[in-house]
Amino acid sequence: MAGQSGTRKHVFSKKIDDFFKGLADAWKFVKRFFQEVFVPPYEFKEVIHQCYRIGVESLPLISLTGFIVGIVFTNQSRPSLSEFGATSWLPSLIAIAIVRAMGPLVTALIAAGKVGSGIGAEIGSMKVTEQIDAMEVSATNPYKFLVVTRVLATTFMIPVLVMYTDFVALMGAFINVNANELVSISTFFAQVFSSVTFLDIFSSIIKSLFFGFTIGMVGCYKGYNSSKGTEGVGRAANAAVVVSMFLIFIEELLSLQIINLFRMK
Amino acid sequence: MDNREKVVVIRDLYKAFGDLEVLKGVDMDLYREENLVVLGRSGTGKSVLIKIMVGLLQQDSGSMEVFGKEISRLGIRELNEMRLKIGFSFQNSALYDSMTVRENMEFPLVRNIKNLTKKEISLRIEELLDAVGLPQTINQMPSELSGGQKKRIGVARTLVLNPEIMLYDEPTAGLDPITCVDINNLINEVRERYKTTSIVITHDLSCAKQTGDRMAVLLEGQFGALGTFEEVFPHAEDQRIKSFYDYNFINS
Repeated sequence: MAGQSGTRKHVFSKKIDDFFKGLADAWKFVKRFFQEVFVPPYEFKEVIHQCYRIGVESLPLISLTGFIVGIVFTNQSRPSLSEFGATSWLPSLIAIAIVRAMGPLVTALIAAGKVGSGIGAEIGSMKVTEQIDAMEVSATNPYKFLVVTRVLATTFMIPVLVMYTDFVALMGAFINVNANELVSISTFFAQVFSSVTFLDIFSSIIKSLFFGFTIGMVGCYKGYNSSKGTEGVGRAANAAVVVSMFLIFIEELLSLQIINLFRMK
Repeated sequence: MDNREKVVVIRDLYKAFGDLEVLKGVDMDLYREENLVVLGRSGTGKSVLIKIMVGLLQQDSGSMEVFGKEISRLGIRELNEMRLKIGFSFQNSALYDSMTVRENMEFPLVRNIKNLTKKEISLRIEELLDAVGLPQTINQMPSELSGGQKKRIGVARTLVLNPEIMLYDEPTAGLDPITCVDINNLINEVRERYKTTSIVITHDLSCAKQTGDRMAVLLEGQFGALGTFEEVFPHAEDQRIKSFYDYNFINS
């Protein structure tokens, strides 16, 4: 009995130990990014290549999702507003919801699924097939070539994708509003822009930068530290998505608190 | 007294992974333009030895001197300079699978040798692809190549930086006997043509016999025998070496 509880205690303390070791490893990995990003040589060509892969190749999925989110959100909001005879507020309500929260969140979650898992799997597979070691022995810094470039690309491209998602979602919303309330595009967008403030757009871009950084960094970290074997690659891709999504929600909550402080001023 | 230049000197090298001791006091000298074959069963630490040489792993104690410099004491810049002198051919070739053969070979070249024109880069790549007998693969992706072709391209990629030492990690693993002979010939050709010093890690005695000037058999973390093939194998008294020989030659 005493032996069993001792073993359980040992397992528990080992888990705590591993957790903190993992945190320390992750911190070192993030710190290394800031140490290496400003030091030459700069891999501009690879950053552009990754921006293309992350940005352009995500467009079809982002477009479809953004458009549907716009239509569905408008449709679901209408009954509540019509109870008060306030359907004319639909464009304002939708614009605020999309620009402040839904655009960044939907884009980041989709990117975590598509881009984050891709990065985790790609780097994980390079790790288990010794391609990262091959870079290192040919006197090339694999962290700089693989991690710094991908993290920069996600950090730059997620805000761009967020802006694009906002636009596409608003277009979806407009189609729905136009079909039901017969509002013209100029009236719709006039109402949108009158209700969205500079702080809304600025805060949306800033938090998207953090979302992008998180997606890139988590994907690279999980891939770079994947254990040997194909199973490890799958686990890395999966963990990249789960951890990114978890962190994105936490960042969203934190950003909400911080932005509210600015609004109260 | 051997007057040949020693390019690698290993003394009392220890390496463990957790509780598992892999290398337990390895001593070895490697002479210029020599082909040394390190033999041993799987998991005896053969690859660990050459990974320490290029700084992918670090020893727990002992010394590993390459060209008179202790590898574990080199800073990252000096280590990278050293790595340019050492070519590492990986067991599974480790070609970058998102790049073509040309891009695979350009990758180390453009990052380490500045001021090369596009023409010079192309000439160097074509020359090396000719040397390994695969000029037609230049625009192919690694996934389109056979195992033997991948090994050859892997060797060509390591040669782009003109290394003085070549490290081959299991060069014939997973290949058919005829391709094995081709790879063994390639190892010998590389030595003759580029005047390289080589360490070949293998458990294939045919490969060892064909490519090695000297054999070093790794047994339980130390070299159990060191000498020419004839000195080490046919009349080995150590039962472990004898069984290694018997399984490779007699049983096959």
